[in-house]
Amino acid sequence: MANDREHRTKMVPVPSKAIIPERDLDKTPILEASHLGIDFGGLTAVDDFNLTIGRTEIAGLIGPNGAGKTTVFNLLTKVYQPTRGTILLEGKDTHGMNTIQVNKLGIARTFQNIRLFDNLTVEDNVKVGLHNQMSYSMFSGVLRMPKYWKQERIAHERALELLSIFDMQDLADHKAGALPYGAQRRLEIVRALASNPSLLLLDEPAAGMNPSETSELMDNICKIRDTFQIAILLIEHDMNLVMGICEGICVLNYGKIIAKGTPEEIQANPQVIEAYLGKKKGEN
Amino acid sequence: MSKIKKLNKTTRSNFITYAIVIIAYILSQIFSSAGIMSNSLRGQLVPICAYVVMAISLNLTVGIMGELSLGHAGFMSVGAFTGVITAISLQDSVTSGPLRLLIAIVIGGIMAGIFSLIVAVPVLRLRGDYLAIVTLAFGEIIKNIVYCLYVGMDSNGLHIGTVSIEALQMEDGATTIINGPMGAVGITKLSTLLAGFLLILFSLFVVLNLIKSRSGRAIMALRDNRIAAESVGISPSKYKLMAFVTSAILAGMAGTLYAMNYSTVAAKKFDFNTSILVLVFVVLGGIGNIRGGIIAAVILTILPELLRQFSEYRMLTYAIVLILVMILTNGAKARQFLERIKGSLRFIKKKSDGGGAVNG
Amino acid sequence: MTVLSNLINGISLGSIYAIIALGYTMVYGIAKMLNFAHGDVIMVGGYMAFCAMTYLGWGVLPGILLAVIICTVLGVVVEKLAYKPLRSAPSLAVLITAIGVSYFLQNTALLIWGSDPKVFSSVVSLPSLKLFDGQLSISGVTQVTVISCVIIMTALVLFTSKTKIGKAMRAVSEDKGAAQLMGINVNSTISVTFAIGSGLAALAGVLLCSAYPTLMPTTGSMPGIKAFTAAVFGGIGSIPGAMVGGILLGIIEIFGKAYISTQLSDAIVFAVLIVVLLVKPTGLLGKPINEKV
Repeated sequence: MANDREHRTKMVPVPSKAIIPERDLDKTPILEASHLGIDFGGLTAVDDFNLTIGRTEIAGLIGPNGAGKTTVFNLLTKVYQPTRGTILLEGKDTHGMNTIQVNKLGIARTFQNIRLFDNLTVEDNVKVGLHNQMSYSMFSGVLRMPKYWKQERIAHERALELLSIFDMQDLADHKAGALPYGAQRRLEIVRALASNPSLLLLDEPAAGMNPSETSELMDNICKIRDTFQIAILLIEHDMNLVMGICEGICVLNYGKIIAKGTPEEIQANPQVIEAYLGKKKGEN
Repeated sequence: MSKIKKLNKTTRSNFITYAIVIIAYILSQIFSSAGIMSNSLRGQLVPICAYVVMAISLNLTVGIMGELSLGHAGFMSVGAFTGVITAISLQDSVTSGPLRLLIAIVIGGIMAGIFSLIVAVPVLRLRGDYLAIVTLAFGEIIKNIVYCLYVGMDSNGLHIGTVSIEALQMEDGATTIINGPMGAVGITKLSTLLAGFLLILFSLFVVLNLIKSRSGRAIMALRDNRIAAESVGISPSKYKLMAFVTSAILAGMAGTLYAMNYSTVAAKKFDFNTSILVLVFVVLGGIGNIRGGIIAAVILTILPELLRQFSEYRMLTYAIVLILVMILTNGAKARQFLERIKGSLRFIKKKSDGGGAVNG
Repeated sequence: MTVLSNLINGISLGSIYAIIALGYTMVYGIAKMLNFAHGDVIMVGGYMAFCAMTYLGWGVLPGILLAVIICTVLGVVVEKLAYKPLRSAPSLAVLITAIGVSYFLQNTALLIWGSDPKVFSSVVSLPSLKLFDGQLSISGVTQVTVISCVIIMTALVLFTSKTKIGKAMRAVSEDKGAAQLMGINVNSTISVTFAIGSGLAALAGVLLCSAYPTLMPTTGSMPGIKAFTAAVFGGIGSIPGAMVGGILLGIIEIFGKAYISTQLSDAIVFAVLIVVLLVKPTGLLGKPINEKV
């Protein structure tokens, strides 16, 4: 276990030079979900969900409200255990794992309704994300052993570095709960990134943002993918964002996939149009 | 440069806390040796230290971990009685009083820690008020068990029973250590103000350093948002257990310190009311504010002493003060008023700072 | 036969716990607060009935009525003065305030009536019911306690499901904000809840003192804690839960006393509670908590 994850035991790479990745679906995909489904007391919320995401792909998950998009996120991160189907992460079956194990294996996420550690500072929020990349024990921490000082120093620098992606390093000492809405959304992304994922799930990252903030966010999402070389799956209602940056899109309605494809294919798909706008008069 | 400034800010707050404790110790030493302090107040010094440690310890559970405990006195009780048993059974082998006290405190803490592991099973499964009632239940169970516990010692070693001292069938000249509802008897007083002061420093050191470490951040992250903390790979059971057991160990140590200050200690001393008393310290001092909890513990232990002249109206006054303070510090109208004052102060000072998550 | 008689004693004690627990549960459901002063309202009720009957020479029914009225008023006044200013405060602050109120009531009683126990003469003059050729006897107090518990429970269930105020109470307990937007007066609904809870506490006080005839300023504390336990046991916030929890708790306590150990009976009650909560983390009839992600 430790050996084949050695390339990830280091702390998250320093954002440095951008590399524009090729489409990499030919390599082993980062995520393969097949026939995923969950029932809540007889009600099927998600059914027969199949999705493959490449190592550095930006993928979109769209669909009307209540289609089951967030439920898919909850299944992938094991907030809910799937009733049916398998999830392979880097080829490993995540069956029976919990949220913590799945995160250690490489999935991190943000939440639709923001979930920050409100009473901690911005920097500490990011450091919580870095938690599993530090290794000193409680005793070294309480006794302030050299290990503590060394790792805390690195964590401090890394946290500021990560915050600098969104130009938030100056907010490091503020309480997370006191940040404005947009900054809270960005901090959630930074915190998720800090846990060194290979797949980042973003749940409506642009919700409540104005067009200029959204376009800045689009640039930043691409920047994150390029610098960290990770895959990103995002749920979003803002079609400009989805069509602008996603390489693959998956459309969900009533818990089932109704279409998959490139942005162009999705935009032309009659079923998708129907799901969003309803049936035209005269058709049945 | 900003790094040094930041470090200074967090350590500064801790430094003030340590300084307050040290100054308070020196002042009380001076007052007590100069004879300015009344006898009853001098008698309260060690209990005050024990309550301060309890307040620090409970703050770890309530303020830092964010779970309500209504049975913290239970751990104090475990610590008190195992500490007493240890001290009395070592009476002949360890002649140095301070050393015997140290061993008793350590054993008391360890036993309380072991007991907390048993309670930890529900702690990790339950939340909110359901957990609160389980801690309450635990405190009552401990009290009940000590009520029917009889421990004595003769040349063959320790005897433990649940019926009566006679039923232990000890040799003549045996020492009774715990006598059922009477509690521990025949304790040689070993606790001193210095011991209490050192224990406070130790608890502060443990809790403040824990908070500003990787583990402490994980505990607070779980408090603020469990689901988000899990999503970045933090195990709730591991860190909740860590906080809970640490808190219990400190409470056990405080218990030993408290018990070794008297010649007899009954199980009733550590009942629900004591748990509530400590909770009041924590809430009045500001939940999660370690320094506030310490100050509240000192003031609220001295207050009834100061109110002694009102004799029978003393507890009534205490109750009214408690209600008024809660309403004034937490009431909606009172808070608006405070905000306004703060606002104008800020206008005058023109400089405000955000402050850390936890004030030391 | 002793088993049966213990069972009946258990149900009787449990009925008293249930009546107290109903007050706890209703207040919790609506105000989301643990009203630790509830147990002391029982004590006030006991003293009021005692004073009316012993000092004023009133009859049983007027005495009980006085106790209920005074406790109802007391509950409403305490809510207005101490809890209402803290409606939006952290729950721990409210809890400490409730404890303050509890100390206040206890110490006021101590000042007025002193610490020595008063002997409360039973309000029930019903003869014992003898069954199985006199092998089993059910005292009048037991009969009245169990019957009043059943009546109160039925009345409360009907009240909350049929009447306008009862429905308002349920709405407020589901969602205070939404209820307010629908035109429900949240403040008066909370007042009504406290009034009912405290009135019930007064009744429980009279019944408790009839069964266990010593009255002290601390009389209410332990039954209060036990009833709180019962409410959690049954699932706090649920009216039938309080009933079931109370009665089970009473039975466990009496059986524990009879067959295991008198001294350890409280420990047994609490140990059973812990075990039940481990199996059903929100009590017997409580709704499971689901956090939406």
